[in-house]
Amino acid sequence: MSIPAFPVGPVPRHRGCGVAVVGDDIDTDRIIPARYLKCVSFTGLAEGVFADDRREQAGAHPFDRPEHQGASVLVVNGNFGCGSSREHAPQALMRWGIRAVIGHSFAEIFFGNCLALGIPCLSLGKAEAQALQAAIAADPSAELLVDVEGLQVGLGTASWPLQLAAGPHQMLVSGQWDGTSQLVAHDPELRATAARLPYLTGFGA
Amino acid sequence: MSAGTLFDKVWELHRVADLPGGSTQLFIGLHLIHEVTSPQAFAALSDLGLTVRHPERTVATVDHIVPTTSQARPFADPLAEEMLATLEANCAAHGILLHGLGSGRQGIVHVIAPELGLTQPGMTVACGDSHTSTHGAFGAIAFGIGTSQVRDVLASQSLAMTKLKVRRIWVEGELQNGVYAKDLILHIIRTLGVKGGVGYAHEFAGPTIEALTMEERMTLCNMAIEGGARVGYVNPDSTTFAYLQGRPHAPSGAAWDQAVAWWSALASDPDASFDDEVRFDAAVIAPTVTWGITPGQGIGVDETVPTLEQTPPDERPLAEEAYRYMDLAPGSPIAGLPVDVCFIGSCTNGRLSDLREAAAVARGRQVAPGLRAFVVPGSEQVAAEAEAEGLDAVFRAAGFEWRQPGCSMCLAMNPDRLEGRQISASSSNRNFKGRQGSASGRTLLMSPAMVAAAAVTGQVTDVRPLIS
Ligand code: SF4
Repeated sequence: MSIPAFPVGPVPRHRGCGVAVVGDDIDTDRIIPARYLKCVSFTGLAEGVFADDRREQAGAHPFDRPEHQGASVLVVNGNFGCGSSREHAPQALMRWGIRAVIGHSFAEIFFGNCLALGIPCLSLGKAEAQALQAAIAADPSAELLVDVEGLQVGLGTASWPLQLAAGPHQMLVSGQWDGTSQLVAHDPELRATAARLPYLTGFGA
Repeated sequence: MSAGTLFDKVWELHRVADLPGGSTQLFIGLHLIHEVTSPQAFAALSDLGLTVRHPERTVATVDHIVPTTSQARPFADPLAEEMLATLEANCAAHGILLHGLGSGRQGIVHVIAPELGLTQPGMTVACGDSHTSTHGAFGAIAFGIGTSQVRDVLASQSLAMTKLKVRRIWVEGELQNGVYAKDLILHIIRTLGVKGGVGYAHEFAGPTIEALTMEERMTLCNMAIEGGARVGYVNPDSTTFAYLQGRPHAPSGAAWDQAVAWWSALASDPDASFDDEVRFDAAVIAPTVTWGITPGQGIGVDETVPTLEQTPPDERPLAEEAYRYMDLAPGSPIAGLPVDVCFIGSCTNGRLSDLREAAAVARGRQVAPGLRAFVVPGSEQVAAEAEAEGLDAVFRAAGFEWRQPGCSMCLAMNPDRLEGRQISASSSNRNFKGRQGSASGRTLLMSPAMVAAAAVTGQVTDVRPLIS
């Protein structure tokens, strides 16, 4: 199964099969254990995704089950991605094939790291997250239609509303999620800010 | 300046521009980098054809992958060697100051920046590491970022950020003897939950906080992130200024007085309003130990592992997973639980005062037979000061290993790790499954003094009677 191209430009919607990883407070040490961080490039990270859980579950982990190979929408529960700031976590998910994450709630740094890769983290109610996970389990081959722009996810005839803060929403839909050039472009504003910070100007002494 | 919180004032001062969609471009006053989360950022920077905008505002060190036994180069682990060599090459190419091994200033990034006076009140501080919240102890707004954001800071000395709400955590009452800042923050996280702080900056305030030393404030702010708050801070005061004065990067001469005046004005005003407030009484807190697989699963050392009935329905699946993973029975006491490994160190508790507290317990006692105990100072400077006081000798005489500085078994990217299902008493900050290097290894978080107590008794032990 080949991995789809990494996100580029606007991300108004995504269509793909779902894979559910159930549980609250799944931390980034579990998404990618520290030993996989010994690298100077992100290239080989897919093999580390959920490595310890997958080994422990010996083939039964959702990321190993045949029916979820090729899935691109990860559905989780509460506080997903807590703990370490390692961008290796969303990088590993992305390199495995994930292009959108839907769940009850996300840790902030993880959310921001996903956004910087063009991967939306979309929220929905606690019960709705569970219902969506159940729907995926019932028919893993069904495609989810993740409407980032319209903030809803559809599966078959069912659909659920999604939440995403206005800023990230606009960044994803407009394609401005990869914001380095935007930050760099504010050169005069950057200079003006630096000029008014006393610790950069010797405290006026 | 109108009534406001320190968070609001610092935010406004550093606001570069408003970005589409409501986020803010925020100037970053101090950028700290290390070998794990920076190489890909430098690579991305050159892919974009950009350079480092303010190389003088970025400072580097090496901490996560360094061995703590022999730090001779090249490292035995070629991957670790490659990571350090890459950091060295990137810093050299871009004119970034690197506090490397043997410089006298190397150490865990969150230990060295404060001790060098780099971290100052009113700054914005960013680092590709979630425990950057530590620097909030100085009244800085400091937060962890991912590698793409490290690239952004290198390129523009700024970040796109969404403003946080501010919750004041007001603490009154005196901590008992044998109860430390670590116990206070474990207690707060246990009470508010690991996601209680999501969306908030936590301002720690009140008489108890004002009485804390800078090192204690750092321990507290360090673990703000474990309670979900990306930012934790304490208003700057005379304790802050006394700590900073005379440090290598602190202002001096006429600038010092100006700096103190500016810093003082940044503290939250008495009538500042907060989005939320919670209150704690420090006097009731016992030495606190985690029993489970998140930092929120903590209990007093005199308590028992909560039963499912004592656990809110929401948290029961996690509790059940924790019973199984930790092999602990609901309702069983935590005191008396045998441990295999004792680790004193990390950016939470690897500073001089932490080593002093632990040494006071270890002095004249012996590490229990069959148990491995080791002390990893947070920095070369901490190591030198501890050695000057003879703390290394105290630890060695008691049967502890005295190691060289680094992150070590906090996350086990170096050779220091748990084996199999070993259980550790650790002064670090995360007890996640597999955190300390073994996929089935188990971690009990506690204060350094409590780790020392566990080391000399071979089991989880209330430290209070040992120091009376
Ligand atoms: S000591 Fe632990 S928590 Fe602190 S920076 Fe190092 S690895 Fe991260």
